[in-house]
This record gives sequence, structure tokens and C-alpha cells, in this order.
Amino acid sequence: MQIILHIGRYFLLMKRVFSKPERFSIYFRQIIYEINSLGIGSLGLIAIISVFMGGVITIQGAYNFTNPLIPIYALGLGTRESIILEFSPTIVSLILAGKVGSNIASEIGTMRITEQIDALEIMGINSAGYLILPKVAAAMFINPFLITISMFLGIFGGYVMGVASGACTSYQYIFGIQTLFVPFNIIYSLTKTIAFAYIITSVAAYQGYYIKGGALEVGKASTRSVVYNSVLILITNLVITKLMLL
Amino acid sequence: MIEIKNIHKTFGDRKVVEDISFTFQTGKTNLIIGESGSGKTTLLKMMVGLIFPDEGNVLYDGRDFTSMDETAQRDVRKEIGMLFQGGALFDSLTLEDNVKFPLDMFTRMSEAEKKERVNFCLNKVQLENRNKLYPAELSGGMKKRAALARAIANSPQYLFCDEPNSGLDPKTALVIDALIKDLTQEFNITTVVITHDMNSVMEIGQHILYIYKGKKWWDGNNTQILNTTNKELLDFVYASEFLKQLRPKS
Repeated sequence: MQIILHIGRYFLLMKRVFSKPERFSIYFRQIIYEINSLGIGSLGLIAIISVFMGGVITIQGAYNFTNPLIPIYALGLGTRESIILEFSPTIVSLILAGKVGSNIASEIGTMRITEQIDALEIMGINSAGYLILPKVAAAMFINPFLITISMFLGIFGGYVMGVASGACTSYQYIFGIQTLFVPFNIIYSLTKTIAFAYIITSVAAYQGYYIKGGALEVGKASTRSVVYNSVLILITNLVITKLMLL
Repeated sequence: MIEIKNIHKTFGDRKVVEDISFTFQTGKTNLIIGESGSGKTTLLKMMVGLIFPDEGNVLYDGRDFTSMDETAQRDVRKEIGMLFQGGALFDSLTLEDNVKFPLDMFTRMSEAEKKERVNFCLNKVQLENRNKLYPAELSGGMKKRAALARAIANSPQYLFCDEPNSGLDPKTALVIDALIKDLTQEFNITTVVITHDMNSVMEIGQHILYIYKGKKWWDGNNTQILNTTNKELLDFVYASEFLKQLRPKS
């Protein structure tokens, strides 16, 4: 029964989040702030992870491609497909669920226990809309850019490691990443990214918004947000993949 | 004027507020006093709509707040200022931006007008030239004063203060009390203060509601309270050994 309560309360919260803002200009300013905070602030982490994971994928490919019938350029092709289809949209979103999700849950949770949310309500402000909508909108806008950057850096990491380790030549890798390219895969990947961005921000905000208690509860809400976000991302990944690729 | 009529609230099987009716008068500092756990904060939260009463009504100058829809309640709340126990200042904003926040949200003032209003409010609470400080850089007393400045920024008709003196030294507490009283009289607003600090009761208790175990037990003013014959109230007023020595013999 508890799960029905949470689902119902989540949708009621979302109804408040997407109701008409008091002042569009203030909300717009908040969205810009959140784009910087949630998006640009995660760029460094995403860049490092993408470059190294791209390199690892290429090395693992070279390690497994022992059959002489498989052309060397398949290394570039395999790295590209792994990164575009799964690594960048899903794994990076899982990482963002940890970084951004826990940040949102603890920020909103702290505002709840220090009565800052009550203060907004007393002023006559829709606290759910003011605090959550800019985060959701910002993530849904900026995450596709982050994931696109991640794709480029992942493929670049694979190129560097492939060439540096002698697994392939520069020409073979570049030929591989250009071979059998399906533009629809990018649409599929970015669709997933936008859905994941909504899940990460809204679920984390829900966890923080309904906190009762003290600092201990803020920590628990932060952990819960990462766990629920991870599970929901994996389920959504499966559903979207089935709907769009099969 | 704020009227509460036959307010009831139960949490589980515990009656927290039981059939309280009272009128909070305009231009006066109205105090709600009582022991910890007596239902003061629950009553205040029901008055501002953070908790819904099981029964009863809250009327703001005749407007029935409890029967309004969410949008109408929000409009009434724009006339309310509230000083929370911990201040509830927004951590990410400077003092100036905290005070300016309600003006940004609800007024069409120019930036210059907003700045003038912010400085006026900060001067009122003796925090001039502290505009750029963040809440984390303020002392407890300064936080309370800053929160008071934010509460009055939008010229409220009703001011609520939840234990404004908790955690403050007696001297700073007196400053906060004096500010609340001055603001109430100067702007002719309806002020409701929750406290269990007897210094506050004596300083600013122009109209007092004493709650005991969730019920209205006594009402009067700071002169009458010293001469009350109500046993529970006397035990509350003269709680310490020091005050017991000053208790009038009856």
C-alpha cells in the first residue's frame, strides 16, 4: 500500500510543479542558474569518465576481436555503437543520478527541515513549482548537450587508446566510426537522455520535498533518491529501447 | 483582525488542539503562551494554512481562510509575514536578496524602489550595511532580525512570530520584542507571537491567550496575568524558584 501512496503523492506533486508560475522572469532566472549548477557543474566529471571509458571499451574490443575474419576497423565501429547506444545516455545518466540526484534531494530536504519551504508557502509562493520546475526544465534542456559531449569524448578516448596501444591505426579507427552509421541511434539516445533527466530531477526532488525529521533523514532521502533513480532509469531504458529499436 | 472559531486538531488518537476560539486584535501584539507541547505551534500552523484543522474556522478580517481554495489562500498569504523559530532565511541568497525576494515575486517595483525598500527594512531591524552577508555569516540574533526584515518587506497586514526569542540572550531578546511591538503599532498590523518566555509576555503581551493541554485556559493582558488566580497559569508564570519568591501571596 505504501507504494500506491508514494505514486499518488508523486503525481500530485508534479501537478503542483507544472502549474502556472507566479513570475516567469524569476523562473527563467532560476532555470539559467540550475543549468549552470546541475549541467555545467557536471561537465568535468562526465568528460573524465567518458574519455577513460571510451579508452577501456576500445582496449576490451581489441582483446576480444581475435578472429582474423573480423576487420580491425570494427574496433571503431564497436566503440561508437557502445558509447552512443548505451554508455553515454544510460551509464552517464546513472552517474548523474548519483551526483545531481543526491544533490537535489539533500538541498530540498534541508530546505524542508529548516522551514525554508514553509517560508515560501507562507509568502504565497507555490514552493513545489518554484523549487522543482527550474531543476526539471534545466536538466531536460542541458543533459542532451552533456550526453552529446560525452559521446564525442568517449569516441575520442577510444581513438587515443586504440592508436596509442597499437590495436588499430588512426585510419582504421576513423573508418570504423564512419561505417554503418545510423543517425536514428542519436535520436534514440537523446530521447532516453531527456526521459532520464526528468526522472533524475523529479524523483530526487520528491524524496527531498516530503522529508520529515532532521539531518539523518536528509541523508536517507539522498540515498533513497539514488536507489530509486537507478532502478527507474534501468526500467525506462528497457521500455524505451523496446519501443524505439524493436 | 484574525478570528479563530472552534478549532480542533487531532493527530492519531491524540487531541492536540481542542475547541479554541479567540480574536487576535489589530494594532496589538497578541501572544499565544503555554508549555512545550501544549499545541501553540500547531494552532499557529493551522492559522497560516500549513496544517488543516479537523474542525473550525480561521477568519482574516472576515474572510474565511479555511474554506478557501488553494489559489485564494495563496492571495491571503501574500498579506502575511512570518518570522520562523530558526529564521528560515534562504541559505543561497544574501541578506539583501532574502529581503528583496517577496518584492521580486509579488510587486512591480523598479530595482531602485526595491533597493530602497530593502534598505528601509534592514534599517528598521538595525541591520543597515549588512546587505551582502549570507545567512551563515550572521549570529542568531541577526538572523532573527533579518527574518523579521523579510517578513515586513511586502508590508504585511498580519505578522506571525514563532518563538522569536528562542536561543537568544535576554538583551537581544528584548531588542527583538521591542522591534515586534514597534512594527505592530507603527504599521497597525495584527501580530501573533508564540512564546514561553515570560520576559516577552511582560514586555509585549498586550493581548494574551494561554493554552493548556490543547485547550484555551485563560486570556487577558500582561497586567492581569500577574494577578491571575488560575492555578495552571500561575504555575507557568512563576515556574522558577526565583519567580516563586516574587509570587503574590493569596
